Amino acid sequence: MATIEIKNLQKTYPNNHYAIKGIDVSIQEGEFVVLVGPSGCGKSTLLRMIAGLEDISGGDLFFNEKLMNSVHPKDRNIAMVFQNYALYPHMTVYDNMAFGLKLKKMLKAEIYQRVTDAAETLGLTEYLDRLPKEMSGGQRQRVAIGRAIVRKPDVFLFDEPLSNLDAKLRVQMRTEIKTLHRKLKNTMVYVTHDQIEAMAMGDKIVILKDGVVHQTDSPINLFRHPKNKFVAGFIGSPAMNFVSGEIVKEEGLYFVAQGMKFSIPPPLQVSMERYLGKRVDMGFRPEYVYDKGLEKERRLSTDVEIEILVVENVGSESYNHFRLNGMDTIYSYRSSSSNAHIPGEKLTVGIDLERLHFFDVETEESIL
Amino acid sequence: MRAIKIQKILLFTILSLGAMVYLGPFIFSVIVSFSDNKNLINQPGQIVNSGWTLRNYIYIWKDLPFATWLFNSVVITACQTVTNVFFSALAGFTFAKLEFRGKNLIFGAMLASLMIPGIILIIPKFLIINEFRMINSYPGLILPGMISVVNIFLMKQFFETMPKDLVQAALIDGCNYFQMFWKVFIPNSKPALAAVAIYTFQGTWNEFMWPLIATNTSEMFTLPVGMASLRYELLTDWPAIMAGTILVSIPTLIIFIIFQRYFIQGVASTGGKE
Repeated sequence: MATIEIKNLQKTYPNNHYAIKGIDVSIQEGEFVVLVGPSGCGKSTLLRMIAGLEDISGGDLFFNEKLMNSVHPKDRNIAMVFQNYALYPHMTVYDNMAFGLKLKKMLKAEIYQRVTDAAETLGLTEYLDRLPKEMSGGQRQRVAIGRAIVRKPDVFLFDEPLSNLDAKLRVQMRTEIKTLHRKLKNTMVYVTHDQIEAMAMGDKIVILKDGVVHQTDSPINLFRHPKNKFVAGFIGSPAMNFVSGEIVKEEGLYFVAQGMKFSIPPPLQVSMERYLGKRVDMGFRPEYVYDKGLEKERRLSTDVEIEILVVENVGSESYNHFRLNGMDTIYSYRSSSSNAHIPGEKLTVGIDLERLHFFDVETEESIL
Repeated sequence: MRAIKIQKILLFTILSLGAMVYLGPFIFSVIVSFSDNKNLINQPGQIVNSGWTLRNYIYIWKDLPFATWLFNSVVITACQTVTNVFFSALAGFTFAKLEFRGKNLIFGAMLASLMIPGIILIIPKFLIINEFRMINSYPGLILPGMISVVNIFLMKQFFETMPKDLVQAALIDGCNYFQMFWKVFIPNSKPALAAVAIYTFQGTWNEFMWPLIATNTSEMFTLPVGMASLRYELLTDWPAIMAGTILVSIPTLIIFIIFQRYFIQGVASTGGKE
């Protein structure tokens, strides 16, 4: 087990392209940390730098307070699981798992013990003599995880390990990896581009974009208190809705946009004061839009008239996409399936005033 | 339906004619090699009247240093095939999977060297080998053909189709670069290695120019050079030459038949296909 300390880490390529622009992340012993972000954000590069597969151009990387910058991958005591499994095609499942141990010149009996133990944990015992090509995608990824387990590493690194699996298997493997983490209690760093996977798996999530960390926090805090507009829009599915408007003062502060008027919740009244007369972006999640005819308890905004464009019914709930007062942007609103709407339906909704987010137009930072 | 049939017949005829063009001389050589008529090659019409004999084959084995030439050919071909397979795989792997300064420049220079006709290099090659006092010796015959740019290129193309993740997985498992090459990449590149081996075998076995220049006594000749020397030493004993030629081509034929599959794969992979 190990703590990982990443300090001002940078990666520059020869053409002066910055892949990682000074990242700080601190990972505790036994923590499951997910690096997530859109493609090209530098998350895989960061993981490979932790693994030692990419050179570090600047900054420092510590494992258990030991500087790792120029330590060879094999001496970092890490194990890595790749997106394409990266199993050795000519070796059986047993040999694939045993390969690293053989290179360490470990005793045969010890290797046998470790491999059979790992195979049992992963349900691979009956496949030990098979070649990778004789197995399904899910089984192959299990072998790749087995190859990681037998090394008894300080740190597990996962590089989008579930991307090549079908949706159902992905959800199943997600649970298996989490169960494994609970059992082994190792430090794990997991890269994915899928925010749902990140939310489901991480103790802590690091959100990256353009080589910069936008926010590091627990899943629930990311959802409730996004630091900026990018995080707010990235976390949550369907994504948060944004409306641009202005702050005006009457008997209190109000956000006004497109003929709609929302009173600013009391905790934000003070900080919004300096935006008086200025433009701000307001964000609201599809989950916090309510049908005025049904919801009576929450403190909702004034009436908003909408017309439903498209309805996506996913069974347990449905996502209704609509336009606001003739604006081009399409917004979404989540309702329960028992209250299903139909395209073309007009209704009056209100937004939960306690759940509004405001963002500075220039910095895109959250206004708290 | 009828048009397809005609098309098929036409195609079959053309292919048959093509096969005859290639097979004809070979079949004629076989006939000449078994004939007791020394002038058959000049009077092909005599084929009906000539008698059949094994005398030419016996003569080749008994009265000529055929066994010595065969031994030379086997030694040189074996050495060059093994070294070519090893070095072209090693270099191909390096160019395909490792990063180092000047990689593209070196590879570019190597490719550029292919533009120089081989015949131009014969004199400098001879001068160098001569300086090393290696003329008329095995090292002198083997050294210049130990590496081939074409083979390196072929292996590089092949290794590039193998995923980069394998390199990273092997690094994390604790391989050094040579172990990675030897234990992970080599076992997975049999078709490409076989293609290189077959091309090299065929090229070296039939090589005429360099052994002709680099040898000056009959006991260092390879089979093709030895066979050609018969033309000048004797009164051009065509049946004997043909018997020798048939014997020379048998190993190539056997290898081709056994490894046909790899041959075709090899051609396909040089075309950038898998």
